[in-house]
Amino acid sequence: MTRVDHWQLPDGMEEILPEQAEAVENLRRALLDVYHSWGYRLVIPPLMEFTESLLVGLGEDLDLLTFKFTDQFSGRALGIRADITTQVARIDAHSLAEAGVTRLCYAGSTLHTRPKSLMASRSPIQLGAELYGDDSLAADVEIVCLMLATLETAGLFEVTLDLGHVGIYEAVLATAGLSPEHEAIVFDALQRKSVPDLTLALVGVVPEVAALIIALVDLHGDETVLDAARSLFADAVPDALIGIDALQEIAANLRRQTPALDIYFDLSELRGYHYHTGLVFAAYVPGCGQALANGGRYNDVGAVFGRARPATGFATDLKSLMAMSPTTVAQQRAISMPSADDPALTLRVRELRAQGEVVINCLSGSADPQCDRYLVKCNGHWQVKPLSVKDNE
Amino acid sequence: MNEKLTIALTKGRILKETLPLLARAGIESLDDISSSRKLVFETNRRDVQLVILRGTDVPTYVSHGAADMGVVGKDVLMEQGAEGLYEPLDLGIARCALMTAGPVGWKSHGARIRVATKFVNIAREYFAAQGVHVDLIKLYGALELAPIMNLADLIVDIVDTGNTLRANGMEPLQTIANISSRLVVNKAAMRSRCSVITQVVDDLTAVVQEGHDAAT
Repeated sequence: MTRVDHWQLPDGMEEILPEQAEAVENLRRALLDVYHSWGYRLVIPPLMEFTESLLVGLGEDLDLLTFKFTDQFSGRALGIRADITTQVARIDAHSLAEAGVTRLCYAGSTLHTRPKSLMASRSPIQLGAELYGDDSLAADVEIVCLMLATLETAGLFEVTLDLGHVGIYEAVLATAGLSPEHEAIVFDALQRKSVPDLTLALVGVVPEVAALIIALVDLHGDETVLDAARSLFADAVPDALIGIDALQEIAANLRRQTPALDIYFDLSELRGYHYHTGLVFAAYVPGCGQALANGGRYNDVGAVFGRARPATGFATDLKSLMAMSPTTVAQQRAISMPSADDPALTLRVRELRAQGEVVINCLSGSADPQCDRYLVKCNGHWQVKPLSVKDNE
Repeated sequence: MNEKLTIALTKGRILKETLPLLARAGIESLDDISSSRKLVFETNRRDVQLVILRGTDVPTYVSHGAADMGVVGKDVLMEQGAEGLYEPLDLGIARCALMTAGPVGWKSHGARIRVATKFVNIAREYFAAQGVHVDLIKLYGALELAPIMNLADLIVDIVDTGNTLRANGMEPLQTIANISSRLVVNKAAMRSRCSVITQVVDDLTAVVQEGHDAAT
């Protein structure tokens, strides 16, 4: 017989215990307050939706990540969200349908069929912000700044910002005119920066064009990368200059705001390339092998919901953020109250709680271990007195 | 955090052929790695250390960032997937072929064939691409024994000289991929330690290129 361990959780599903949970929740609140102060309005999309709405435009990866089952009401396929971005895009395109700029933010649990990366949780708490209706670089800068503000709120100041632009890769690849299948192989090799595999994948392509694609592999590093790209593509791929100019302008803007910001350019790193349409960015912190937050421009994802809109946004996982965050919750000491049937006590406790104190009912005769003070009646008044170790026993 | 650049290597043939390349790129172990039982080795460069792992563990160490870089066979990368890794350089060493092999004169009968291999993912993908149904049997070594004992019809394995195959009445059939050792780099390390890693990659690229030029 198989032994059943009733306490056991599935792989990649974790519970968050008291102190950590308080820290996570404090961070969630603090972040939503930050987004609120930037004018981003909170939305709470549902945990599950029809897969047709959940999986639009975000590519095959998301399809595999989504738990699916059949709706007993409609017979249609339902999915538990693996990503909240499309839900918010639907809200912007259909439910709100506002003219002009719409700023939305969200925080909620998602489920993944498989961990997205090594050691990743299968139940991340996704938190993010999206800006719709503006195609300007200023909007891109705003979203990047909000992502940086997110990390700062979590106490993470030593951040490497990764910047790339889908348009550069697209322009360079367009010169080769590859079939979609062939391009997928080239794309895969490029994501691994594997020059040998890329060279192999480009056999049969005009050598000058192949050389340009292979050149993308080395275009990563500091700002000099942009100059190198500019001289490389100026004559051969003038369309690529639009993306290079955009990156230069965005970086210059960010530097004016945060001179010490560590920016790393990578012209071939194209996470989520299949739906991104412009700037892509990610934030890395020391000690974490994966990007802690990332995002980009994904114009027109809302088209299937009836409205094609410019869109840019970012997302992070609250639990990963907390795992890297140096901030801890200072444990608040509590006051023990006797279980006495006295209206004056009830009143006093209400006052104390309203002042932010934690007051814990002393049920079994000994004060809760969180308490360092207790309520005692002196001369007809309920007073707070320090609880010595002896009293606690 | 470990401030040293950590390079993961594998004992055996890969190590023997990697050390001279590293030496020419200016990185030499202070101890004799092959005779030592240590697993971590200091080098002549104070900012670089070497660690010795099993080949199959190199992608794990490097993608977790426990090592910044590593040298590993393409066969391992193909089998495990290379997520989270860059593979900037083919070192051109420890060359061999990943092949299907079977008893001499073997012909396929029936709808499914049994295949024994260490490389189940590669084998699954390869036979699927060929349109062949296979039952995969995961083994950890001495694959040539499987057809002899009628555990499998074919095997998928690394073939160097082919001598072991012939000694057991088998012959190589199709080549799935040509294998050599690759330099792999952790994606986050490439960002945070860009200059030192780029330098090592460039130095090794030059050394490998010199080797090519000398050979031709």
